[in-house]
Amino acid sequence: MSVDPMHIETDVLIVGSGGAGMYAAIEAARAGCSVFLAERSLIGRGGATIMAQMTVAVALGLETPDHWSHHYEDTLAAGRELCDHRLAQLLCEEAAACILEMEQWGIGWARKNGHIAQAFAPGHDRPRCVYVDFLNTGPAVSKTLRAVVTRNKTIRKAGDLLIVDLLKVDGEVAGAAAFHLPTGTPVTIAAKATIVATGGLTRLYQRNSASTNMGGDGYALALRAGAPVVDMEFVQFFPIGHLAPRLIGMDPIMWDPFRYKLGGRLLNSDGEEFTARYGVSEEGRYVVTRDLATYAIVKEVEAGRGSPHGGAFLSFQHCSQQQLREAFGPVIDRLARNNIDLTKMPVEVAPIAHYHMGGVIADERMQTQVPGLLVAGEAVGGANGANRLSGNAITEALVFGRRAGQSAAARAQRSKAQPFRHEAARASLDLLASGGDRNDVNTAAMVTRLQRLMTEHVGPFRIAAGLKLALETIEHMTSALGERPLANGSAFDLRRLEWFDLRNMLLVARTVAMAALSRTESRGAHQREDFPGMLPQWRVNQVVRLGAAGVSLTRQTAAAEELAT
Amino acid sequence: MSNIAKLTVWRGEGAHPGRWESFEVPFEPGQSVLDGLRWIRANRDPSLAIRFSCINANACKECMIELDGATVYACTARLEPREMKLHPLSNKRLVRDLVTEIAPPAERLLR
Repeated sequence: MSVDPMHIETDVLIVGSGGAGMYAAIEAARAGCSVFLAERSLIGRGGATIMAQMTVAVALGLETPDHWSHHYEDTLAAGRELCDHRLAQLLCEEAAACILEMEQWGIGWARKNGHIAQAFAPGHDRPRCVYVDFLNTGPAVSKTLRAVVTRNKTIRKAGDLLIVDLLKVDGEVAGAAAFHLPTGTPVTIAAKATIVATGGLTRLYQRNSASTNMGGDGYALALRAGAPVVDMEFVQFFPIGHLAPRLIGMDPIMWDPFRYKLGGRLLNSDGEEFTARYGVSEEGRYVVTRDLATYAIVKEVEAGRGSPHGGAFLSFQHCSQQQLREAFGPVIDRLARNNIDLTKMPVEVAPIAHYHMGGVIADERMQTQVPGLLVAGEAVGGANGANRLSGNAITEALVFGRRAGQSAAARAQRSKAQPFRHEAARASLDLLASGGDRNDVNTAAMVTRLQRLMTEHVGPFRIAAGLKLALETIEHMTSALGERPLANGSAFDLRRLEWFDLRNMLLVARTVAMAALSRTESRGAHQREDFPGMLPQWRVNQVVRLGAAGVSLTRQTAAAEELAT
Repeated sequence: MSNIAKLTVWRGEGAHPGRWESFEVPFEPGQSVLDGLRWIRANRDPSLAIRFSCINANACKECMIELDGATVYACTARLEPREMKLHPLSNKRLVRDLVTEIAPPAERLLR
């Protein structure tokens, strides 16, 4: 099937419509640019933002006096000496402006005693996290931004559009090639600036807490366009993801807000609190950081003290029905429909892939190392080092999105109008037009196989032999996938979509396993069974590039200079 | 995995005439219809078209379909050991199989 491509011209192209993409769109439009907002799912519905349950970290100082520099210190401490200080500073310093603008746009942050409420979250030195009740932070962020985007007539939106490749003209990114899922139509987009805001890579893992479309698209797009990525070995596992009993209609990270509000006790099969054994005593409070809690749970399971499904117990049996209802209202009814009564039973929890610290290297303008290509949100690498502080994900989506929108607009406005060169899209359009109806690969099964492989060998605990096996298997799977897309381009052809997804996922999985094999120490979210302990000589960031000869890895000292103010 | 749901799924594209197709899906009590549809794709027929994003949280609201004539979210309807008839939303334009055009016109590439 061959269909003439559709062509679109815009000042700023934004890939992804989560918090980062939508904030970037609003900001670029505010500066007077035309914006094309492309989303592989539906606008404001796919991705990770909508999944956020509760906390957004910001030094508003409304609960107790605070200053962004305290938030910054906590962010650096959580990052285990690997944060890019400029990005971490930007995140903390500009958070308040974004959070307050969201309030003006009507998000309705939860309030207490007449001010925006700020909850305490692990790793912070004081109550700092704003939220929207009940467990509604992500949906509220998405809805608020989507309403502002909708009011803005210079933002053109297109859901069901998969960006396949970034296009380069004279060494600069000049737009993208895509295909429209419902019709299979190939699309070229010419843009003076392109922002990748596609989120992270949690889909690489079997148990994960984000949408199915978070397969590392942005990292793969950037790598193929020549932009390096950093810190790819640091995948954050959220320690207390829901494990059992089967619970539907709820996000698996829902126990995080329960612990913020009600404490809760993390127990092993002997009914004892165990995190003290690994260095932090909780005693019913919620203070242990994500990397340490993940470590503690996995070690308890290994020692034979796990729950029946291979995790830990989380108990709120100390709470009364009334306390639960005050804290979570209708959520308690949803639990009841799943036959869960927290006053009578604990639930089982286990680590679940949650967030990616690594990402595309960018400066404080969100400009990557390839002109014309910017990044925003989780797609950016470096701000969170080896472990992200609770509450920083939505904050960075908003702050980095806003900054990327400003920088993209500035670039678009100073760039001279050049006619789009269609030969820049030729290779991508040829790829889209090729392929056929093969039956040798079940793409859905291949995704599952990759997720199992990554969970087993490139999960929170790693060992050289497993990482090598993962790399070999990824190579075999890449050969099996082949170089031409699957299926025939009919309407909403998920096999074709998954072929392009696997093309990205296998490349990104390789960078994670490669960086993890190379880092012969344990730090933050990267724990090596064969190299326990954090080593001073490893206070370096690992950078991965894709060149003609394949992927290559280099090391650089962590960027510790601060922004000029 | 002792329970079996018989999912009878409507298949078809655009304005072409469609057909019903049945799949026997093993499940554990508590699993969702979306779990069953994803099982079919990975184990029986990857060409089955369904729209979903968040998998389990009921946050994205993309997986609306008709189950035995009633509109449900596939991620919150539970599998049952009986025949369950799954049809695309009949008040929306059909794209393919269980996928319909549910985005507002201003959020589509082609309006």
